[in-house]
Amino acid sequence: MRAPQLPLVLHLADNALVLGQRNAEWCGHAPVLEEDIALANHSLDLIGQARLLYQHAAQLMGEGHTEDSLAYFRDAPAFRNFTLLELPHHGPLAARGGSDRDFATTLVRNFLYTAWALGMWTRLSQGKDPQLAAIAAKAIKETRYHWQHAQDWVIRLGDGTSESQRRAQAAVDHLMPYTQEFWAPLAHEEAALLMGVSLQDVQFQNEWNLLINAVLAQASLTRPADGGFISSGNHGIHSEHMTYLLSEMQSLARAHPHAVW
Amino acid sequence: MQSMDIDMTALHSALDQLCDPEIPVVSLREMGILREVKLLSNSVEVVITPTYSGCPAMEQIHDDILLTLKQLGVTGYVSTQLAPAWTTDWMTSSAREKLKAYGIAPPQCQSPDTSQVIHFIRRVPAELIECPRCGSSNTTITSAFGSTACKALCKCLSCQEPFDYFKPY
Repeated sequence: MRAPQLPLVLHLADNALVLGQRNAEWCGHAPVLEEDIALANHSLDLIGQARLLYQHAAQLMGEGHTEDSLAYFRDAPAFRNFTLLELPHHGPLAARGGSDRDFATTLVRNFLYTAWALGMWTRLSQGKDPQLAAIAAKAIKETRYHWQHAQDWVIRLGDGTSESQRRAQAAVDHLMPYTQEFWAPLAHEEAALLMGVSLQDVQFQNEWNLLINAVLAQASLTRPADGGFISSGNHGIHSEHMTYLLSEMQSLARAHPHAVW
Repeated sequence: MQSMDIDMTALHSALDQLCDPEIPVVSLREMGILREVKLLSNSVEVVITPTYSGCPAMEQIHDDILLTLKQLGVTGYVSTQLAPAWTTDWMTSSAREKLKAYGIAPPQCQSPDTSQVIHFIRRVPAELIECPRCGSSNTTITSAFGSTACKALCKCLSCQEPFDYFKPY
């Protein structure tokens, strides 16, 4: 008998792991040392949350699953993270991924996702699965620091020089359409409802909109109109970037499948 | 049965000697990481709680406790309990004093209430963080993320020294 909350737990774990992996790509490359440390710390929190969630999922699944088998031995279609979180740190038309890493894209993504995560963890901390509620109660404390960091930077970049404003606006224009996935019919919706959380809750979406709009206004950034393509990572249908991310993240574990620390 | 053989007083005092691997001046008990020692029929269960979700010290702490049990000849295991979530409010006043003496400013306020919905505020009033070296409150946060997940980087504007600040959690 499959645990009903499993799709939701895996979605949350995949979100945390994939964004944790992406943000860790700045380690050793961030524009200043403080930001290098900040993004690495942010990743450490996310990967810690992912570990707790995968451990919980593995326990629900049984049959020899472990946190490592879930993180390292599933392929892209089995991952249920939002597409937003797997995108590289640059706009859609960059020629060379590595050299075109853009700090504004990273921070705007953290800003958009963290505002969603704040609402999600708050709701789940009162949800029906006690282990998931316990993980949410820890995660929310960390997410609040992530939010402060992302919010401060979006304002600083948007309200900064003409170059930082241009880049921050380009990142908002590029990434905002992917947030439509937050509110589109979700693969784990039923699982969430059974845990006492409604993802189509108008209040959840309103809270998110209020936060995002207030910061964008303060940052002199314009929110693009909704519409167009709706991404579907949570259904296992990912962008072309997902397999590259996984192959880098999973290669060591797959080359040495029985290795232990 | 064998439960009579386990000297709980000796066990407690041995566990009280164990320190946080990343801040070796404070004990696990003072930090609120060591939550409970349960006496089972012929073994013990030591309950710990993680600080931050990704705290890399947890495995070291786990191993340190098992080693202590082994040295005392006590059979037992370590379990992890998440709820209620660890908070800096559990740090004892002695831990706070020791942190300060070690050069880390202890949390200056209670852990924020997480049940409240976050609203956008233009300027969050800065926490008054006292420099652990000269005691001045004329300090600034250089980065909210520091040398470990639980700390921020600060700078004292009076004595010009950088220092770590243990963030309220």
